[in-house]
Amino acid sequence: MSTLAVQDHGVGQGHHDHDHGHHHHETFLTKYIFSQDHKMIAKQFLITGIIMAVIAMVLSILFRIQLAYPEKAFPFLETLLGRFAPGGRLDTNFYLSLVTIHGTIMVFFVLTAGLSGTFSNLLIPYQLGARDMASPFMNMLSYWLFFIASVIMLGSFFTEKGPAGPGWTIYPPLSALPKAMPGSGMGMTLWLISMVLFVASQLLGGINYVSTILNMRTKGMDLWKMPLTIWAFFLTAILGVLAFPVLVAGVVLLIFDRSFGTSFYLSDIVIQNQQTTFEGGSPILFQHLFWFLGHPEVYIVIMPALGISSEVIATNSRKPIFGYHAMVYSLIGITVLSFIVWGHHMFVTGMNPFLGGVFMITTLIIAVPSAVKTFNYLATLWRGNIRFTPAMLFAIGLVSFFISGGITGIFLGNAALDINLHDTYFVVAHFHLVMGSAAIFGMLAGVYHWFPKMFGRMMDTKLGYLHFWLTFIGAYLVFFPMHFMGLDGVPRRYYSFTEIESLKQWVSVNTFITWAAILSALAQVAFLWNFFYSIFFGEKAPQNPWGSTTIEWTTPVEHIHGNWPGEIPTVYRWPYDYSKPGHDTDFIPQTTPFSQTLASNLPHDFEDNPVSLEEHKQWVNTQRSSEKEVK
Amino acid sequence: MKAQLQDKDKLNLAPKRFNMWIFIFTSFMFFAALTSGFIVYIGGKGHALRTVMPQAFVYSTAVIVLSSVTMYLASKAAKGLQFAKQRMFLWATFLLGVLFLVLQVYAWYVLTFKMGVFFVNPNASQSFIYVFSGMHLLHILGGLVLILISLVSAYRKTPQVINLFRMEMSSIFWHFVDIIWIYLYVFLLLNQN
Repeated sequence: MSTLAVQDHGVGQGHHDHDHGHHHHETFLTKYIFSQDHKMIAKQFLITGIIMAVIAMVLSILFRIQLAYPEKAFPFLETLLGRFAPGGRLDTNFYLSLVTIHGTIMVFFVLTAGLSGTFSNLLIPYQLGARDMASPFMNMLSYWLFFIASVIMLGSFFTEKGPAGPGWTIYPPLSALPKAMPGSGMGMTLWLISMVLFVASQLLGGINYVSTILNMRTKGMDLWKMPLTIWAFFLTAILGVLAFPVLVAGVVLLIFDRSFGTSFYLSDIVIQNQQTTFEGGSPILFQHLFWFLGHPEVYIVIMPALGISSEVIATNSRKPIFGYHAMVYSLIGITVLSFIVWGHHMFVTGMNPFLGGVFMITTLIIAVPSAVKTFNYLATLWRGNIRFTPAMLFAIGLVSFFISGGITGIFLGNAALDINLHDTYFVVAHFHLVMGSAAIFGMLAGVYHWFPKMFGRMMDTKLGYLHFWLTFIGAYLVFFPMHFMGLDGVPRRYYSFTEIESLKQWVSVNTFITWAAILSALAQVAFLWNFFYSIFFGEKAPQNPWGSTTIEWTTPVEHIHGNWPGEIPTVYRWPYDYSKPGHDTDFIPQTTPFSQTLASNLPHDFEDNPVSLEEHKQWVNTQRSSEKEVK
Repeated sequence: MKAQLQDKDKLNLAPKRFNMWIFIFTSFMFFAALTSGFIVYIGGKGHALRTVMPQAFVYSTAVIVLSSVTMYLASKAAKGLQFAKQRMFLWATFLLGVLFLVLQVYAWYVLTFKMGVFFVNPNASQSFIYVFSGMHLLHILGGLVLILISLVSAYRKTPQVINLFRMEMSSIFWHFVDIIWIYLYVFLLLNQN
């Protein structure tokens, strides 16, 4: 048996035992508030993200009520919102503000900061084997800037004229002229301040993520042994670092137009029959700058979710992820392509049709890596020993939404069809499925999967199932009918469809959607209860509850500063050795050297290591000859 | 063992240096976005800059190039353990940086009051001159702060590793803002008709 040299491995050697935690005198303030520990910062991001998500969800229910019952007055709305709902009917300008803030919070505060912030912070040091981030201080700063940005964004509800109203894309001239409408005033200013802080937070975070991944991997963790989660966070961070500064550039020019009277985006504006002095600007310029960020942004939202679901699906199918390299290359493909497709948001801005054609082609090419990922998920599920944990259900839900939302992307990416479809509910349906629901499901999958790691306790499975099925069915009931509304030409962001003869027939569908939305919103109560109850009273978690191969599960359940009590474990194999034939358990942790798994080693495992390959062949031959002797 | 490990973690400055490089990428994207915005703007409506750049920009460019040289000399002195020299060249860099800042503001004065090229302008390509140089000046301020930090550690008895690290951080950044200014200035010169 022992003809192979046993590789030295430094895992769990007792005399290295020391506890980093004892070294620091932690007060409440340094432990929970101004923490520089990546695990605590991850929790801070998660809980802030959840609170923001609940707020944004409530906002969406408010405007859904308006869309379902445009003629009806609801006295409780006036009690709740005061001057924003006079007589129990939503104020028209406030309706626009609700739509804007719902979009902004969901896209940036929940699905960018809440998702990347939580899981990049939690998993990058954990899964790579680092004690903390490259710069823990920058990391702390990143969270607190995000927090301040959130407070300012929500604070805009308390201004006299209400929060920003020009939509989450804040197109000028509406956003550039404080007098254009109530939502362009103080609320818009606060929106811009909040977003500048938010971008600063994202850049601090992103720089840290990239640097940690490239510099602080443990021994043996080469790039091709990283879990797909880390690949996804890495490429997401690169996208953010390259795209967010462009948004800042666009916003800086917008601030100059708003507050200093320059004319970057403004031209020939007449307000209340008065010609303004703005001249020669181009609102299209803003759209270019905005969508150069805006399109990568949707991949910043979805890629971490895809990474999380790769991990969750492989673990719970008890199978290696299908096409690991293909998964990585498609993430890289998506990253690169996402920078050259922004024009598909601007097909109808009077763009040269030839240029539109170019953007159409690049857009449709993105379908290829996306489809590669989808098929790989399905192939991973195929004939796996599937464990339907709540995390697994949410990850499968992500795949479902990614397919059904992605398919409509093919239609919208077509420059000719877009003439008909742009700015209709078809678009709303498309992105709510493909990046809204899909990314939220990825995030929830991550929460259910890594909750034991974060809080040392388990979440309740039954409540998880209830949460999943209500949300999954609810989300389809909300967004699927919107496709048909969009095909009929129902425009987005309108306050009331009863005013327009041809759209009146859709009120019944809107009522249906609203009730489905209320149902899915109520389903979140199950999650919130489960989440906060389990933090304190959940069942105690074992060290490796899901039988995972990745190294975050080798850390003790009780969090300590520096993550591992002894030396950081060395990594010997890729993270997807599930159900490897010949091995006695259905998973082999990354920290297990090949010398301990002789029976399950394959020639493939030694592709880049000819010496070990030779030894492996020798071992196989010895095994065979001894088998023959027995016969 | 315990203390050793922790020291090793603390002295692992490579990732922090890497942070600076990524930040430079970020900054670069910001200026790339602004200059692309300029190109889209003049391409769209037939507006051209039609401004001769003020003479002050030539001087400020010379000053900032010189400051890069002194910065290099300061780094070299720090590596050679010549701390008096390091302090001298750092001060020279700092003062040249301040001079650059003053010259840029003077250039704005010339643009506004002598040439009538206003920031608030129906031809926004002229406003872009102010945006480029203004946003660049913010980076200069950041660079000056970094130089001050290096100066402080050059005066105090900072361990040489930390001293060198801070030196390196400020010199990477300072050379970068130098190059960015040259890029912006050349960009403006190429587009000034």
